[in-house]
Amino acid sequence: MNPPTLLSVEHLTMRFGGLIAVDDVSFSVEQGAIHALIGPNGAGKTTVFNCLTGFYKPTVGRITLHSPESRTPFLLEQMDDYRIVREAKVVRTFQNIRTFPKMSVLENLMVAQHNHLMRASGWTFLGLIGAPSFRHAEAESVERAEYWIGRTGLAEYADTEAGALPYGEQRRLEIARAMCCDPVLLCLDEPAAGLNPSETEELSELIGYIRDHHHISVLLIEHDMSMVMGVSDHIVVLDYGQKIAEGAPETVRNDPAVVQAYLGSDDEDEAGESEDTTS
Amino acid sequence: MNSPHAASLRDAALVAGIAGILAFPFVGLLLTTEGTAPTLSTRFPEFAGAVVVIFFGRLGISAARRGHGLLPLVLGLAMAAGGAFSLVVEATGLGASGTAIWHAFVPGTFLSTVACAGGIAIAGLAGRNYLMQGRQPAERTPLPMGQLLLWLGIALAGFAILLPLLPGVDRRLIDVATLVLTYVMLGWGLNIVVGLAGLLDLGYVAFYAVGAYSYALLSVTFGWSFWVCLPVAGALAALFGILLGFPVLRLRGDYLAIVTLGFGEMIRIILLNWYDFTNGPDGITNIGRPSFFGLPFASKPEQGTESFHTFFGVAYDPVHRLIFMYYLILALAFVTNAFTLRIRRLPIGRAWEALREDEIACRSLGVNPRNTKLSAFAIGAMFAGFAGSFFATRQGFVSPESFTFIESAILVAIVVLGGMGSQIGVAVAAIILVGLPEYFRELQEYRMLAFGMGMVLIMLWRPGGLLTHREPTIRTRPAPA
Repeated sequence: MNPPTLLSVEHLTMRFGGLIAVDDVSFSVEQGAIHALIGPNGAGKTTVFNCLTGFYKPTVGRITLHSPESRTPFLLEQMDDYRIVREAKVVRTFQNIRTFPKMSVLENLMVAQHNHLMRASGWTFLGLIGAPSFRHAEAESVERAEYWIGRTGLAEYADTEAGALPYGEQRRLEIARAMCCDPVLLCLDEPAAGLNPSETEELSELIGYIRDHHHISVLLIEHDMSMVMGVSDHIVVLDYGQKIAEGAPETVRNDPAVVQAYLGSDDEDEAGESEDTTS
Repeated sequence: MNSPHAASLRDAALVAGIAGILAFPFVGLLLTTEGTAPTLSTRFPEFAGAVVVIFFGRLGISAARRGHGLLPLVLGLAMAAGGAFSLVVEATGLGASGTAIWHAFVPGTFLSTVACAGGIAIAGLAGRNYLMQGRQPAERTPLPMGQLLLWLGIALAGFAILLPLLPGVDRRLIDVATLVLTYVMLGWGLNIVVGLAGLLDLGYVAFYAVGAYSYALLSVTFGWSFWVCLPVAGALAALFGILLGFPVLRLRGDYLAIVTLGFGEMIRIILLNWYDFTNGPDGITNIGRPSFFGLPFASKPEQGTESFHTFFGVAYDPVHRLIFMYYLILALAFVTNAFTLRIRRLPIGRAWEALREDEIACRSLGVNPRNTKLSAFAIGAMFAGFAGSFFATRQGFVSPESFTFIESAILVAIVVLGGMGSQIGVAVAAIILVGLPEYFRELQEYRMLAFGMGMVLIMLWRPGGLLTHREPTIRTRPAPA
């Protein structure tokens, strides 16, 4: 009955010297679903992301992606970061925005289609002589970029430097850029951070749209509980690097361990040490 | 009259006084050696001239700063005219020809130049004030920079093409222009590495050396012609770019700069010490000269062959070759520029710029940072190799001395001051940093002073470089005209 599993994370452990940031975490992501990874600051959420997307090599564990586009599964823990994007098509965004500030919005989205365009440009040689096949591919890429520019409401900024965009628009640009990589799994690291309620509402709609119309699975780290509860199909809760709960939003919301992690002990506060800077 | 003017006068007098105190030992006194005994002579006219120029210059600047139009305009024009007048007097030899009355008023080339340039600057500032009077600053519309730069580029290119044909252009000017174009080409090549890919390479001269020595050795050992060696030298330099690029892939910023600096020196020291191969400090002589489609520029062609002047039936003139060299480097530079402008719009060029902006974001989009960096190193090095071949064939002689660190430093300065990534900026910076010091060689003592002063001024006023405008490589719709 269950939809096929897209990503399975097994016994993922990440140690930094004596610090165990992620401790034996296992979970899986279903195809075409929105999964959320939540937990207090410093729980290890971004570290899990960094392991998934190859920015860290996990100390222990296996991360398997059963891509619908490939017959053999990808073992993400063994791949370099850029190959994970290129071959396994797991694409991430960043908690602290990482656009290319001096390049226009359209250029940002063209860089996201780099590998496709490099092949089309015959590793630059066909592009230098202006081959029609390359022009055609480039026009297609611009079309795809324009689709996502329109979809994320950036039409008026298309030719503007990314660095000059307002904050909320930069966040949406990052999502548009990730979508231009043609992902099978989209990993969003706190996409609602710093957004106002109406922007957050739009973001939820966008994420739902990505799942429903493009059948792309989304893995989400988020602190905004109302958004997470509203948009997610499945939630994994981390605390101190360990998985403390998992399930549908309703189940997780009432789980005593989760309530304790968020409200319980007195040594946790919002301004506590965060893993945020590690991304 | 009223207090602001009095304050201006006081301020100008104060500045002139301080300048006078500072300048007296440097300008007012002159230590010369007559025979064995050093003697102290005085240069009061120069000293007085300097103080007067500073007084009026300061007065003009402060008046212009306070938004006055007419007073600083008149002052600036007067200064410029005075400076130009004394320059002319000196250049035409009127001052030295015994009619000593002029001599007292001619305070030396440097001072006249400063007075002239300063006067023009003040007059320009004042002129702007004058025109802007009664207008709100907000009325100024932003200039269409893309268009302006395009026209500036076309004008510069047209000027470069016509330069040897212009009246009053002598051998020396063509020589200087050839040198400047070599640096423009090197600057454009380095612009790929530093300006586009953001890899601060302080050892770029190594690839220039590889190109020069490749051509020199191939030409001397095998007698290959320039046109055969040119691509070979470019390929070898590109290969070295990849070889030296590999170990530094993981380095960025300052660390990359230090290591590339070391590589640059290593290449030079190898060239210096590997005597059997490179002839060490003696260098390589008798490097083949390029021919004009098979016609050599020789005064006496070998038996049974024709040379350039016999074929075209003109009298032999050594300037033919100079002009040919000039057009050769101009063509090479144009090729470099066209290539860069084109590759910027290709996926690899955008990936370079993205890499400069944010390497981590690049990785997260599937851009292979290793290949992207190596391609930038290789292509940048290739153009240095071409330029090196040209250098070798122009000089007819190469030695390690031509490839010292200062060359790399000047090239990086050209790229950074020009505005990273801006092609026209690089050309303008090359003219300013290489052409002017070379052309005004008489002012030797002041050359480096002016160089440093220019650097400080650019840092103060244009910290991002002379031209920082960047056109997007692709637009959703055609650029507004």
